[in-house]
Amino acid sequence: MPTLSTAIEKNKTVGVPHAVLSNPERLELYYYMRLARECDAAIVRLYKQGKMVGGAYTGHGNEATAVGSAYALEGHDYLFPLHRDLGAHLVKGQSLRNIFLQHLARGNSLTRGRDGTGHYADPVLRIYGNASHLGAMIPVAVGVALAAKMRKENSVVMNYIGDGGCNVGEFHEGLNMAAVMNLPLILIIENNQFAYSTPISRQFAAQRLSDRALGYGIPGITIDGTSVVRVYETCCAAVDRARKGEGPMLIETITMRMDGHSASDDASYVPKEMIEEWTMKDPIDRFEKILLSDRVLNELNKTEMERKIAEAIDVAVNEALESPYPEPEEAAHGVFAPPVREGGVGPRHDQGAL
Amino acid sequence: MKTMTYIEAISRGMWEEMERDPSVFLMGEDIGEYGGAFKATKGFVQHFGQERVIDTPISEAAILGAAVGAAMVGMRPIAEMQFADFVTCGFNQLVTNAAKIHYRWNIPIPVVVRLPSGGYIHGGPYHSVSPESWFFHVPGLKIVSPSTPYDAKGLMKAAIRDNNPVLYLEFKYLYRRAKGEVPDEEYVVEIGKAKVRRDGNDIVVFSYGSTVQLALEAADAVFRESGVETMVVDLRSLAPLDTDMILRAVESTGKVLIVHEDNLTGGVGAEVAAIISERAFRSLDAPIKRVAALDTPVPFAPPLEEYCLPNKQKIVSALRELSRY
Repeated sequence: MPTLSTAIEKNKTVGVPHAVLSNPERLELYYYMRLARECDAAIVRLYKQGKMVGGAYTGHGNEATAVGSAYALEGHDYLFPLHRDLGAHLVKGQSLRNIFLQHLARGNSLTRGRDGTGHYADPVLRIYGNASHLGAMIPVAVGVALAAKMRKENSVVMNYIGDGGCNVGEFHEGLNMAAVMNLPLILIIENNQFAYSTPISRQFAAQRLSDRALGYGIPGITIDGTSVVRVYETCCAAVDRARKGEGPMLIETITMRMDGHSASDDASYVPKEMIEEWTMKDPIDRFEKILLSDRVLNELNKTEMERKIAEAIDVAVNEALESPYPEPEEAAHGVFAPPVREGGVGPRHDQGAL
Repeated sequence: MKTMTYIEAISRGMWEEMERDPSVFLMGEDIGEYGGAFKATKGFVQHFGQERVIDTPISEAAILGAAVGAAMVGMRPIAEMQFADFVTCGFNQLVTNAAKIHYRWNIPIPVVVRLPSGGYIHGGPYHSVSPESWFFHVPGLKIVSPSTPYDAKGLMKAAIRDNNPVLYLEFKYLYRRAKGEVPDEEYVVEIGKAKVRRDGNDIVVFSYGSTVQLALEAADAVFRESGVETMVVDLRSLAPLDTDMILRAVESTGKVLIVHEDNLTGGVGAEVAAIISERAFRSLDAPIKRVAALDTPVPFAPPLEEYCLPNKQKIVSALRELSRY
């Protein structure tokens, strides 16, 4: 199993421009990581209290990757996150209200209760959630990148996959097509050491997943996925080159899944030493120490931030809990779109959900 | 009015819609310079350019997935499978994404998937498949199956304009054999409407695609030998089915034969039979009969393939049997 010291930074095929973060921006990155972790914790609480059906999946340990990557995007860029990327949803502008309505399967959620977790789309924010078939959204993200290129939108598409999901065929087909067509796609492999219970040693034989980029003729890099600044800088470089028409890039972020696959998995198969080792590299603690020492963060603004986060989550959770489930007969509607729009010409992406 | 072949009508339908709507574009293998394995897109890349006539790697999942993605943000892609057989490689994209995105996300997915289908061409087990039943079961996918050049063009235009994923079955057997008149003026054939191809009061045949012509010939033969008048209904659209016309036709005849090239078990005919038995049982004067391919892969050697697939004689025999009730 590659460790941080051996695996990362070995494949620097792309120079990273100096992406200077201001102090307010650094504070914002910290805020989004904290917010994501607290949201995840609230979701698990709701699940364990029996108030939420389905499954609860956290991004605990992955916050730096989710937040740092999405922070490199503009409003007109597209985000295709995975189930451990709540931080990316939040950075892209998703409201806590929508997140909790969605997790609680309410009638006024973005999927009107038809799907759960992050499996929603918000065309206005250009967020397109995942399907449970990991990898299935990679070709779809490629198609969005193709459309963006055809329409000269100057948008990029950021898509995520895991160390497990990157072994499906659609990973290969999607990335190869994106490379051949020179599309503005950034694919981030969140290598968090486990695919459900299976360690990466049983998922692939390569030393670095970013080495796969070579086979597609695109740049690839493996980085420390627990450093939010490192993730941000790398993604800025990838976004920059994609926007300039230089094509896709593969980024592997080395992280650790600190919780079980879902809240119903006690992850007893994960060696204790691994958890101990990775606790030392906790993305939020690491960044917090830097911000404290740089006096960007202090006890005062930290406490204030924590209070605001807790309050905002409470408000969103309560509103979601008070919102009704959809009407049962709603289940029968909406399999098909109304057949033809006036004039027969397709809906535009900027019109939002119809 | 122009006489054209079935495949010319398909091409013409795509061409006109590409002229009309800049969001329509093509993706597929060998569709550019080469013009497609069956030449359906001959001349397209020269006229519309490489941006809208995209030669792809051999990657059915990526072709179909990218089509879904482009459609999700407002484009109207037409994805060509070189042979319908190969759609299996992209199955996940159709059933997991194309079929479910509107239900989950309320976002239309206006994708047309062209599926060169069926046998009678000695293509063997991997170039002869009838794929409709794999998708007929899936909520969220429309399926059309033209049998004439007129419908091939009209249904292609309707499929492109439809805001849903439409699987467009095109029958290789008909590509150059089926010729017919196609109006010069603009028209579309509405998806979901069957058409009576032959009137008759004694028996009704429901069919689609490659076997409609066989059913018509069989109906004529049976009329000549016994005076039995057979109605032939071309379903044209499998999803949605024109249930109203199916029930009306059963009520006016009382005897039903279902004919399709796809193999028997779990085929579209099984659903048609179930609809009839649920909703028109009292109109039936005989058991519902089906003529379909054997439940085998489509074999290569001509005598084997002929034995396997429906033909005029098998339909004539079934009609004779029904006429005895």
